[in-house]
Amino acid sequence: MANPKIDPTLKKPAAGDGDGPLYAETVMIHPRSVKGTFRTWKWVALGVLLAVYHLAPFIRWDRGPDAPSQAILADMTGRRGYFFFLEIWPQEVYYITGLLFIAAIALFFMSAMAGRVWCGFFCFQTVYTDLFMLVERLVVGDRAKRMALDRAPWSADKLVKKAIINLVWLVIGASCGIGFTLFFGDAPTMLRDIFAGNEDTGVYGTIAVVGGCCFLLAGYAREQVCLYMCPYSRFQSAMFDEHSLIITYEEWRGEPRKPARKGEGFENRGHCIDCKMCVTACPTGIDIRDGIQMACIGCALCIDACNTMMDKYKLPRGLITWDSTANLAAREKGEKGSFRLIRPRSILYVVIMAAVGGLMVFGLSSRKTFELNVLHERAPLFVQLSDGSIRNGYTLKVLNMVREDRTFILEVAGIEGATINVVGGETKAASAQLKVAADAVGTYNMFVTAPVAKLQGKRTPLYFTLRETGTGTTNRLESLFAAPER
Amino acid sequence: MATVEKDSVSGQNTTGHEWDGIKELNTPLPKWWVYVFWATVIWAIGYWVMMPAWPTLNGYTAGYLGYSSRGTLDAELVAQKKGRSAWLSKIEASDVAAIEKDKDLLRYAMAGGKIAFNENCAACHGVGGVGAYGFPTLADDEWLWGGTLADIEQTIKYGVRNANANSRQSEMPKFGADGLLKPEQISAVSDYVLSLASKAPAKGSAGETVYAENCAACHADDGAGMAAVGAPALNNQIWLYKGTKDAIVAQVTKPKHGAMPAWSERLDASTVKMLAVYVHNLGGGK
Repeated sequence: MANPKIDPTLKKPAAGDGDGPLYAETVMIHPRSVKGTFRTWKWVALGVLLAVYHLAPFIRWDRGPDAPSQAILADMTGRRGYFFFLEIWPQEVYYITGLLFIAAIALFFMSAMAGRVWCGFFCFQTVYTDLFMLVERLVVGDRAKRMALDRAPWSADKLVKKAIINLVWLVIGASCGIGFTLFFGDAPTMLRDIFAGNEDTGVYGTIAVVGGCCFLLAGYAREQVCLYMCPYSRFQSAMFDEHSLIITYEEWRGEPRKPARKGEGFENRGHCIDCKMCVTACPTGIDIRDGIQMACIGCALCIDACNTMMDKYKLPRGLITWDSTANLAAREKGEKGSFRLIRPRSILYVVIMAAVGGLMVFGLSSRKTFELNVLHERAPLFVQLSDGSIRNGYTLKVLNMVREDRTFILEVAGIEGATINVVGGETKAASAQLKVAADAVGTYNMFVTAPVAKLQGKRTPLYFTLRETGTGTTNRLESLFAAPER
Repeated sequence: MATVEKDSVSGQNTTGHEWDGIKELNTPLPKWWVYVFWATVIWAIGYWVMMPAWPTLNGYTAGYLGYSSRGTLDAELVAQKKGRSAWLSKIEASDVAAIEKDKDLLRYAMAGGKIAFNENCAACHGVGGVGAYGFPTLADDEWLWGGTLADIEQTIKYGVRNANANSRQSEMPKFGADGLLKPEQISAVSDYVLSLASKAPAKGSAGETVYAENCAACHADDGAGMAAVGAPALNNQIWLYKGTKDAIVAQVTKPKHGAMPAWSERLDASTVKMLAVYVHNLGGGK
């Protein structure tokens, strides 16, 4: 019943011979830790991003006595979204579309300008993987020690070390899950309730799912996420052009590569000493000297690794560096490269971002503080009254989107002599007064009665106008008035 | 005879079968699959013990947990009733007029009344009280037995022309079938009723005299009708059995009479109250 072992000699079939197994076993990558400018920036990004993620729910924002005082809050039970001075109702979720759109274009823009900086520095997969690897390094040691431990047979020492690592990972995963849920409720009370065991099963379930994903993806899946789960690596080549800054190996300078020997100079050979530091430092386990490839997440750790070696051999830095393919080609011919930042592509992205951003700002600033919904009653579609006039029923929903009680005046237009009558309100009149409580939806059943002579057959357009008494702003809506065929 | 041998390429055993030189590798089920299979077997045994599982001659094994979907439904119904009890007891304690004045109670009664109406009343009166031939429209402003909240509650409670002691009762004579009026008199009075409906009474016509002698006692001189005896108004556009001359002649000759059950015999007091409030607010309530 045991899984058949695959013959190790068959692991690397000759290209195209078609006989070998199609499945390649995953090799756990243990990148060597490096020091350098980019590594420092990555630590800074990690710290700032985690701090923002975990502290943002605790920022307070005063909205008055009956409203939540959390600056950033997605209130699922109250069906409201809060973002500092903004309060978004469920039907306004499309604002998020704008945000997502800007985020997507910003990602394309970043890639066109400087390659996959998002992936290498800011993506949560990268941030948490970095953090998880730090835990491994602190418990076990660097690359060689970790690989040795993985190869070693199970022993008490290995068990203890692996247990500590997994335990710390679980704690980090749980904090990730808890941090996520805090955006959906009052953070301080929620945090207390979570630890006291008083929260909903849903909250604990969310923590388990988000935290579990964090644990598995950053602890065990790692670069597999970037290679097989994330679609971005697959279409990155569409984002790049010959002027995009990407992580490159300056082949013209490095080749022919040869290990450095004491006493030998670097004349008549390339600067690459084939030390494989760039390969061992790579979190996705690729050799950047083969050129740009799908698996490169642009983390720049190979640059740090290579620069360290270049310094050691007193060679100029930048054998591996951020460069564009256009520059690379120019340098190969001995010309001086230049950076072109302003290109049709970059201009287009900036214009799109500005346009969508402008549209959102306009939308938010001209946003109405109340809304009117009218639903024409269909059973019955219309009723004939004893004097021959026709009456239609409507259900009215008035959304009062501010935190104070307000009064609205409802009027109908489009049919001469039409009168309105709100159930539970005054009797027939030309207009009706509707009082709606703060931050609530007022629902009204109402009737419109119209003389049959003023109707245009089976359906006549009818306009509802809702006027806010305080500011005088109005909201107009078209509906219809049904009548029997004549 | 089948011979099991080791495949040199994959290192796996063959099944020992051979067809025209093609051999099949013996690839066992994946380990995880087998583990899951055995886990489900163990789970099933636990399930038999805990849950209703096996049929017996006159029943079934109930299981340690004593679960039944019927029991779950009962528990849900009890919980629902408990959730509603605060509102329902309030409605039971108030009279219909008080319910209509209290905004929250009105909203609850409208929602509850709508459901009760759709279940019990809509079969004849139509969804939303739209009515049908022979079944009065409840959304318009003409009422056979009165359109005040109290009238409506009374009608729903005891019904019309049924065996209940408090039922609303009335009967229009069969003027034609019993020979009370001659066919030409019926024709004349039908013409007069039509003139009443179009708000232009044919003064001095033969029909006017017949109407005054035979109809006005219940339907009133001007055709306004009389709610106390369920006599419909004849001076408007609303007709229960159509407003053509043929229909009016037929109704005078041999009247049709609608009947309605006494709903207090079938529904509880609070449901009847919610129904009354709902019908009163369908648009025509007085």
